[in-house]
Amino acid sequence: MADLTKAERMKLPRQAMPEQDPMIRKSNFQEVPHGFTPELAMAEALRCIECKIPHCIGGCPVEVDIPAFINLVTQGKFAEASRKIKETNSLPAVCGRVCPQEEQCEGVCILAKKFQPVAIGHLERFVADYERENNLVELPQIAQPTGKRVAVVGSGPAGLTAAGDLIKLGHSVTIFEALHKAGGVLVYGIPEFRLPKSIVQSEVDYLMRLGVEVKTSHIIGKLDTVDELFAEGYDAIFIGTGAGLPNFMRIPGENLNGIYSANEYLTRSNLMKAYDFPNADTPIAKGKNVVVLGGGNTAMDSVRTALRLGADNAYIVYRRSQVEMPARAAEIHHAQQEGIQFLMLTSPVKFMGNGSGCVEKMECIGMELGETDDSGRCRPVPIEGSNFEIEVDTVVIAIGNSSNPLIPRTTPGLNANKWGNIIVDPETNGTSRPGVYAGGDIVTGGATVILAAGAGKVAARAIHNYISNKN
Amino acid sequence: MVKVLEHYHLGENNYKIIFDVPKLVKKSEPGQFVVLRVSENGERIPMSIGDMDAKTGALTVVYQILGKTTALLATVKPGEHIMDCVGPMGNPSHVDKKGKYMVIGGGIGIAPIHPVAKKARENGNEVFGIIGSRTQNLLFFEEEMRRACDHLYVCTDDGSYGEKGFVTTVLQRLINEGQKPDFILAIGPVPMMKAVCNTSRPYAIPTWVSVNPIMIDATGMCGACRVSVGGVTKFGCVDGPDFDGHLVDFDQLTSRLKMYFPQERQSMEKFEREHQPCYIGLKESPKQTA
Repeated sequence: MADLTKAERMKLPRQAMPEQDPMIRKSNFQEVPHGFTPELAMAEALRCIECKIPHCIGGCPVEVDIPAFINLVTQGKFAEASRKIKETNSLPAVCGRVCPQEEQCEGVCILAKKFQPVAIGHLERFVADYERENNLVELPQIAQPTGKRVAVVGSGPAGLTAAGDLIKLGHSVTIFEALHKAGGVLVYGIPEFRLPKSIVQSEVDYLMRLGVEVKTSHIIGKLDTVDELFAEGYDAIFIGTGAGLPNFMRIPGENLNGIYSANEYLTRSNLMKAYDFPNADTPIAKGKNVVVLGGGNTAMDSVRTALRLGADNAYIVYRRSQVEMPARAAEIHHAQQEGIQFLMLTSPVKFMGNGSGCVEKMECIGMELGETDDSGRCRPVPIEGSNFEIEVDTVVIAIGNSSNPLIPRTTPGLNANKWGNIIVDPETNGTSRPGVYAGGDIVTGGATVILAAGAGKVAARAIHNYISNKN
Repeated sequence: MVKVLEHYHLGENNYKIIFDVPKLVKKSEPGQFVVLRVSENGERIPMSIGDMDAKTGALTVVYQILGKTTALLATVKPGEHIMDCVGPMGNPSHVDKKGKYMVIGGGIGIAPIHPVAKKARENGNEVFGIIGSRTQNLLFFEEEMRRACDHLYVCTDDGSYGEKGFVTTVLQRLINEGQKPDFILAIGPVPMMKAVCNTSRPYAIPTWVSVNPIMIDATGMCGACRVSVGGVTKFGCVDGPDFDGHLVDFDQLTSRLKMYFPQERQSMEKFEREHQPCYIGLKESPKQTA
């Protein structure tokens, strides 16, 4: 096989990812895809034609050397392939699962023009799982202790990445996490069926083995301020606190019982394990008719969670059409397979209660697409007189987040924009405060895991330079 | 893990627990709250801070057994640990100089009103305190409050101790007697806070209340703690917990607090089936003298 010509390799079919049957998986929380077998991975890897100028590398926000790791897969060197990825991306098992590859590496893969792109994400996931499950994860060489201390605020993808890079450079690193479990959005936000929590835990465990100290239930901006961390002897601080306050629709009836922000709904189910109530103590509404408002990945996660919690009808209500939905194509596809109902070009007008404070109905209005707006998408315009009602007992609002004020409010001199996002120099991710760096959703607003991880990496490099030159 | 230093039964379903959290105590201001998680798969529940001792690092919470989590908490003995006691959450109460500063505490709301009273007095206010409960058995902190306030009024609904009547009965009487306060902070059950606001409204006395909605993270992330204040949705955790009581939609607050009643009952019944709830080993709090 390996001596196939380029033209022959290009024509090999993309290997399908084995996954749980939709009718079975819609009532469990286990991961949907089973992952490639070594045979499938090697067959898929063979499809890479190792372009002279590989676009995939540029398509990756952290510039993973994709052709090199795929070449290692063709040779059966799976753990080596994983280590190749980790040279620039410390979270391949996570990114292989949750990155929007179709817009990044796979979107620019040369094969995508005529055939299907190489399944880079599936391969990334495979090699990372292979390395971890076969206990082949090697602890990297750690530089001589520098005696410098860095505080990392937040343990999501940005913080974990920054912490990993900094500890390897010999600095002492402490992660401060507000919740009781490390992992940030990877544990409270993304459901088990898309990202098993054991994978996140193994990433955290790995950092702890390298010597990173993780302080959970420790809220910076409350228990300590940024200035107090400096006073305690930290030489630099990385802020990766993520997207903070959930946005609501600001329409009548929004505070009726049964109406959740996606953050709350997913946190209850994921972090607090409410799907296992009453074995876990935190309850969640197990609605029969559940509406999720929004069209992003968080909306897909919420609606698929609702289905798994036992909904008879689980709807996505989105004001534009499916083409404009920001969710990954794979997530929309999975949701459709599972029987999620999509009410496109529909916007909620108000919620009506049942007389005892619980939501019972939602009034909607039909929309049509108008002129292109600032976001480059067609602006949805209400169609007068098209109002209709649907019966609902649970509503999840997944229309994004505003930034959390706890750190900007308690850190004098830390500049933020009008939305409360911390302003950084994109070259270094340094803020207006010397020694304070920031990255991830607290800087960009809601974005992706890989962008946050990339921001953590940029900041780690700059922090290293900063503290190395500081006496 | 957080160590329990002391734990007392106060009467009926009320308990006083003291945690060893020196750093948290150092950072806490009157009016702020903590989030407790008792066991690994436990809920996160917000609890008002009843007292803090900067010298010993002890933080006091007074609670009532309302469901599984508080029932489980009541089984934890001094020297044992719970998973988390996180904070300080929320904003401090307004304790600056107002003049005649009145604190009103009802039921377990007597506990968080106590550090507010101390601080308000330190800041030069003449502090009036009204504490009330259904019956004498449920009263606590009377001595502490007597020390913290310039004037303390005690009442019980059934007249078993102090004046007979509600805290609003005393408030109305004081207003009638010309002791109109310049500011009121009321903490207690929602109907009590609502009644205090209804009593003070005709006299335009600035009246703030401390709300205790359902929360998860209590850092602004989840939005469970939505409270309507003057028609605007606020988050109890990052915007509160104190709000202008004349603007709070108490009916909505009451309704939202009931959201999980069926599940809470289910959880409690399961707990009682599986455990013989055993609160022995906790000392009775020393009885207070009249």
